[in-house]
Amino acid sequence: MDRVYRVEVIPLPGEMPEDYLLSDIAALNIRGVQRVARADLYFLRGDIGEQEIKRLCDELLVDPVVQRARWGLASEPVSTPEGAVRIEVGLLQGVTDTVAANLLSHAHLLGVTDLHDAASAQSYLLYGQLAEEEVEHIVERLLYNDVIQYFEIGQLESHLHVELPPTEARAERIPLTQIEDENELLHLSHERLLALDVDEMRAVQRYFREEGREPTDVELESLAQTWSEHCIHKTFKGVIDYTEITDEGTTRERIDSLIATYLSAATDEVRKPWVRSAFVDNAGIVDFDDDYAVSFKVETHNHPSALEPFGGANTGVGGVVRDVMGVSARPIANTDILCFGPLDTENGALPAGVLHPRRIYNGVVAGIEDYGNKMGIPTVNGTIYFDPGYITNPLVYCGCVGIAPKGAHPRAVQPGDLVVVLGGRTGRDGLHGATFSSAKLTDQTGEVAGSAVQIGNPIEEKKMLDAILEARDEGLYTAITDCGAGGLSSAVSEMGEETGATVHLERVPLKYHGLQPWEIWLSEAQERMVLAVPPENRTRLREICEGYSVEMTVIGTFRDDARLHISYGDEVVGEMSMAFLHHGLPQRHLEGVWEQPDYREPTESLSEGEELGDALLRILGHANVRSKEDVVRRYDHEVQGGTVVKPFVGRRNDGPSDATVLKPLETAGSWRAIALGCGFNPAYGQIDPHAMAVSAIDEAVRNVVAVGADPERIAILDNFCWGSPELPDRLGGLVRACKGCYEGALHYGVPFISGKDSLNNEYTDRATGQQVAVPPSLLISALGIVPDIHRVCTMDFKETGDPLYILGETRRELGGSRYYALHDIVGQEVPRRAPDGPATARALHRAIAAGTVRACHDCSEGGLAVALAEMALAGRLSASIFLSSVPLGGEQEFSADWVLFSESNGRYLVEVREEDVGAFEEIVQDIPHGRLGHVNRGPYLVIYGAEKETLFSLPMEAVAEAWRGHIGGGIDAGRGVNV
Amino acid sequence: MSEPRVMIMHAPGTNRDREAAQASELAGGAPEIVHINQLIAGNRELKAYQMLVLPGGFSYADDLGAGQLWANDLVHRFRESLDNFVRQGKPVMGICNGFQALVKAGYLPGPGDGALQVRAEQRVTLTFNRSAHFECRWARLRAEEDGPCLFTQGLAEDIYCPVAHGEGRLAVADESVHQELVEDNLVVLRYVAPREPADAGDFSASVPVHERAGYPHNPNGSVDDIAGICNRAGNVFGLMPHPEDHIYPQQHPRWTRGESGGLGLVLFQNGVEAARDFM
Repeated sequence: MDRVYRVEVIPLPGEMPEDYLLSDIAALNIRGVQRVARADLYFLRGDIGEQEIKRLCDELLVDPVVQRARWGLASEPVSTPEGAVRIEVGLLQGVTDTVAANLLSHAHLLGVTDLHDAASAQSYLLYGQLAEEEVEHIVERLLYNDVIQYFEIGQLESHLHVELPPTEARAERIPLTQIEDENELLHLSHERLLALDVDEMRAVQRYFREEGREPTDVELESLAQTWSEHCIHKTFKGVIDYTEITDEGTTRERIDSLIATYLSAATDEVRKPWVRSAFVDNAGIVDFDDDYAVSFKVETHNHPSALEPFGGANTGVGGVVRDVMGVSARPIANTDILCFGPLDTENGALPAGVLHPRRIYNGVVAGIEDYGNKMGIPTVNGTIYFDPGYITNPLVYCGCVGIAPKGAHPRAVQPGDLVVVLGGRTGRDGLHGATFSSAKLTDQTGEVAGSAVQIGNPIEEKKMLDAILEARDEGLYTAITDCGAGGLSSAVSEMGEETGATVHLERVPLKYHGLQPWEIWLSEAQERMVLAVPPENRTRLREICEGYSVEMTVIGTFRDDARLHISYGDEVVGEMSMAFLHHGLPQRHLEGVWEQPDYREPTESLSEGEELGDALLRILGHANVRSKEDVVRRYDHEVQGGTVVKPFVGRRNDGPSDATVLKPLETAGSWRAIALGCGFNPAYGQIDPHAMAVSAIDEAVRNVVAVGADPERIAILDNFCWGSPELPDRLGGLVRACKGCYEGALHYGVPFISGKDSLNNEYTDRATGQQVAVPPSLLISALGIVPDIHRVCTMDFKETGDPLYILGETRRELGGSRYYALHDIVGQEVPRRAPDGPATARALHRAIAAGTVRACHDCSEGGLAVALAEMALAGRLSASIFLSSVPLGGEQEFSADWVLFSESNGRYLVEVREEDVGAFEEIVQDIPHGRLGHVNRGPYLVIYGAEKETLFSLPMEAVAEAWRGHIGGGIDAGRGVNV
Repeated sequence: MSEPRVMIMHAPGTNRDREAAQASELAGGAPEIVHINQLIAGNRELKAYQMLVLPGGFSYADDLGAGQLWANDLVHRFRESLDNFVRQGKPVMGICNGFQALVKAGYLPGPGDGALQVRAEQRVTLTFNRSAHFECRWARLRAEEDGPCLFTQGLAEDIYCPVAHGEGRLAVADESVHQELVEDNLVVLRYVAPREPADAGDFSASVPVHERAGYPHNPNGSVDDIAGICNRAGNVFGLMPHPEDHIYPQQHPRWTRGESGGLGLVLFQNGVEAARDFM
């Protein structure tokens, strides 16, 4: 007879690692918890006795060196220690429990074959004084996610004995065609989370009136998903009436599609023959060399990360990795750019329903770490940016780079090809993700949109990747795409746009029973890819999949009539023309207004002499500038063995590299490599999004050129995170930014190869009615080709006595700068296009290629001063420089503070060997440059002013303390910072 | 064939197999990545190989503990062939997740002197880092001069290579186990920190080091700074760091400063050399 046992696996005293749960609880403003004790819980059902349980504990569940077990029948009560609250969290019945599945199969391997079922759970003991509602708050915010889990305050009951009731699965007809009233149409859109506006609802209505029937829920959901902002970018493709109001007057214009006018237009105009695919595939593709092509995609996962930080960021990584798999490439690098509210935000300052920035930060970092590390993809580039504007709308940008032999990615679905799903099973996870990401957050979002949060399983994706690459190499499929937002609906409809497709939803393997047809069709369950497979390749593909323990299911066939035909069993649940699905969306008409804001420049210099040194230390210690090593070392940046310029460089492996250089494992024998960098400066956006875009492109280009990329071989990606496009001021700024993108891309001759927008990053506080948009945030990611890794360059000072140069002009451009922010000033003179930027980049590249550059760092946030301090610190050296030698632009009178801290574009600090000075100067003779001083061994960074007077001298020890003193655990094992 | 055949065993979630294969090849071996499903199906046989590498990754997502389920595969699916492989003295190397699996399967450190078995009850483990999170950083490893380990013989240089793990802290059941490991020369690699910061670029094995490495040089808090151990016969060896990620000079984090040395390739070369005896 079956019994259910409960096994608790408890760490031995002293083996419990430091628990971040405590700090997360403190971040909820709950102070009563002194200690947390965790245990792993297992429920085991079977015709088994104590002997079998003991065996399972000994051989499978318990690590005898650091853990012990406590077990008994699940029905017996478990005591809770004095002064503790017991909280136990289990997975809902039917939710895939990979731990339990692994446990079961390995128990059978041990010969415990009468174990019939298993479930895993977590147990927490919270020691301290806690009110009941505090306990509930901790549970709801930190310990459990109602989409997949259930909990008990006390002893958890297992569901292993409960049978699931059968549910009837069928499609529902939605009465739509007879609705006349606009509000009623909108109500329907709202109620079903369709996120369609009146015009769009009318278009759907017209189609079904012509068809002479009501739509099914499957059809309506398909349309809402396909037409979502997330999937079709209707703002970027819409018609915009744009008004620009500046000091020079007011101009008006009509723009038909931002993408066509500014982004893909730039790509077309710079005409680079090495661009293989731009804006068409799941990822942009460029040539690597004669044999290989590299792909790059950056996505955002903002809304999910705001609600469930770990899961949101985790699946953000998983999703963008699948984009790269969707161009038949092997992922070789991940990038991530994260924006949070300040970590010291007061709890009282948080609007209702908003998680504390610390909780989001911890969860997001852990989520990125988990997915990238487990898949074996190095996470090599990114940044973390803090600003109060991100408290309610945190941003999580996830990028992935892939490599594939040229021509390895087929895109030719043939009628008769099978629709094949690979990978994970389909559950209710992630429903409405596409439409949800296109809506705004409120304090209720956490409650109503719980099902939009996805659950990641990186090992499932890794297995699928291994199988797909083998299938690719054998040419077994004719097309491939990922199941991202919109799930099967999006994947199958996109692949079958020309051919049409028949899909049998009842064939889709499910995680659990009870899914309605539309849920199967729309589910955003992770780790699934869709392939078009000629019938004759089916058997071989199955063999490969079985070899990697990957589930493969044929769910339909591609047709030849461009119609989508969806059935569930005997019932037809959807039948539409692909033409309507993909092209029936009415073009959006929107209005945008950008009015130049009226910020003032300070009239005199803000600090002088020694104060300048203090300002530099304060900037170096700011959360946005200081070392991110404590986070970055949690990401595996070495796996795949190709990271030849690492995120950290220099004498103690702790200097911030401008960009990472990767030499892919598959291209052994070639010295060619890839440089990855990014540009991101939302502080400029509040003054002028145009300048922000130009500057982000400039910075991204500078970063990769500084490590040795060829400026003629740089491709860029745009990722906009913006507020609601329905509000003219938000959209006006977006138009300005797109204009900047166009200008910046043409200026440097860098094509956009991929882009993505996340709009509607707005938060509405329902109590106050206040609506806040995210700061206008444009990320530019750059991928450059490094011709020969023997000619890469790192930013750390190499040797005492080497001359130092600055390339590029410094202008008084401190609007949005870190320096002004110190003084709570925004400013108006934001960094603009550097006329000599491209020539400077080309000259620098020639100088690096000629081997005359020993170290190079670009000047960005914090300007020349921060760049110099970082280079010195990285090399554990110092420097003396003369500001009188800095080439200045513009008509502003010299003042040390702006020369030191201006963030003008197009500038680099360069260290040159004395004997290379002649060769170097010859290369840079036609661009603005100045010999600033030299690298020192002494303990002080010394800055001289216009008259060669000493402005300040700063101990390098103080520089190190400011920049990396916050890193816990002792920087050099208690031996202090060695300067 | 003139090169020893090296099996790189791949379990679901293994991810540093290609680097291990590349290192084995560079060391003169003929590597082949073999999925455990191929072994289970009988398409490949362990005995046809002269060396075995269990590479890094997250086998079975590290469910039920890092390397635990892979260890169960080793013990319950492949015990006979693996026991024979080990008993014959063929070289076996476990890196990171592979090390965790060998330890949890009882092959490392293995039984005491004179035992007929090649496995023993688990008395050593690899568990959560003291920092409570994943650590990716470069570590310097020094080999013990004495001892049976065929992989670490005659190293004139310390090894410098990255660690990348969240569960790499070597812990022992009690102090006697630690004593035994030390006395029997089964501790073969330790994390070390040069006493003079100026020596950071010199990988000569004679550079004076601190008595205790300390964090972050010992990145996980392993007892006695232990980075790698072997069995009594010296043919089974495991380590947490990744020597396969430092086989080219350009992988050195400071190669652009003109620094070099500390290649991990030597461990593979020693393994492949020993594997030749079984051809």
